[in-house]
Amino acid sequence: MSSKEFWVSSVAATLRVVFTTPVEPAASRVDALKVILDKGYAVSVVRDMPASDDGATVMIPAAEAAGDPNAVVAALDQMRDDKGLQPGGAWKPWFPVIDYQRCTNCMQCLSFCLFDVYGVSADSKIKVQNQSNCKTECPACSRVCPEVAIMFPKYRHSPINGDVVSEDDVRREAMKVDISALLGGDVYAALRDRSAKAKSRFSKERDEDRALKERQTCLIKLQQALDVPPEVLAALPSIDEIRAKAEAARQRAVAGLVKT
Amino acid sequence: MPMARILYCHCAFARVVPEDTKNAVLEGLARAGVEFDAVPDLCQMAAAGDARLAQLAGSDGRPLHIAACYPRAVKWLFASAGVNVEAHGAVFHNMRVSPAADVLKGVLGE
Repeated sequence: MSSKEFWVSSVAATLRVVFTTPVEPAASRVDALKVILDKGYAVSVVRDMPASDDGATVMIPAAEAAGDPNAVVAALDQMRDDKGLQPGGAWKPWFPVIDYQRCTNCMQCLSFCLFDVYGVSADSKIKVQNQSNCKTECPACSRVCPEVAIMFPKYRHSPINGDVVSEDDVRREAMKVDISALLGGDVYAALRDRSAKAKSRFSKERDEDRALKERQTCLIKLQQALDVPPEVLAALPSIDEIRAKAEAARQRAVAGLVKT
Repeated sequence: MPMARILYCHCAFARVVPEDTKNAVLEGLARAGVEFDAVPDLCQMAAAGDARLAQLAGSDGRPLHIAACYPRAVKWLFASAGVNVEAHGAVFHNMRVSPAADVLKGVLGE
């Protein structure tokens, strides 16, 4: 391999290695590809080496590339550090992706998410604006989307993982959205009822342990229904913060809907 | 007919694409001696708004074959970074559900 057969480019947020093909032996080439990709760097396999497209292409000595892909990765790591880029895999890319062919811009996701993942664009469309705020493995907002328009590509199950949405999926997700059904009928009546019973009970016996257990039971039900990881529930803001956030989100959603 | 461009996603930061499938596809591409682009994780690039996604989608008239996961997810991942990948004639190959041999056959146009 000559020294011109192996280049590193810093075109974008993901550093890229450029190989020429064929590079023999094929087995070691495959191993090198895997090592480089696993570390979070891109690879282009080309017949003819392209001209540097950003003026910042760096050449790695061929001996390093041919013999030891880890040496290439070390050079890439150094280059990444020099550029102040994040190491690959530092954050599992878990965030919602909106299918705008299904989305009706109802803003339920914006109102629902307590972590400010969603926002409204200048043209009043719902958008994902803070991907890294999203809680890893939590697909709860997709559960409240009545159109099954929110995907998490790294989720396990269909159709939230991006699989084709069937009529059964729409029906099932719509059932999950029905929070009142989840709580058994009229949600406000149920809450009033529960509040009255609680007042009555607490007036007779103030039992904080029992109250805590009930709250935990409610959270467990919610966690199971929406497939929310326990860490997410543990990270929830305080009740006052939730109220403030919900109100702010509601106002943003209303403002967005008014403009459309 | 112009030779297709090939984009392979390694889905490096999650275990949702079967390890055997993605490795077999990568190996098949490398052994075929074709030109291709391999990225560690399309999700991460989309989240970062990586400008290279637009370059990968391309506009040189050649069809683009993407070996990644569910087509709906891939299409809207690109869209989330402001790239209309279907406008560039993208063909999607789903490594989450298709065997590696089928993906390679589709990608390499065999």
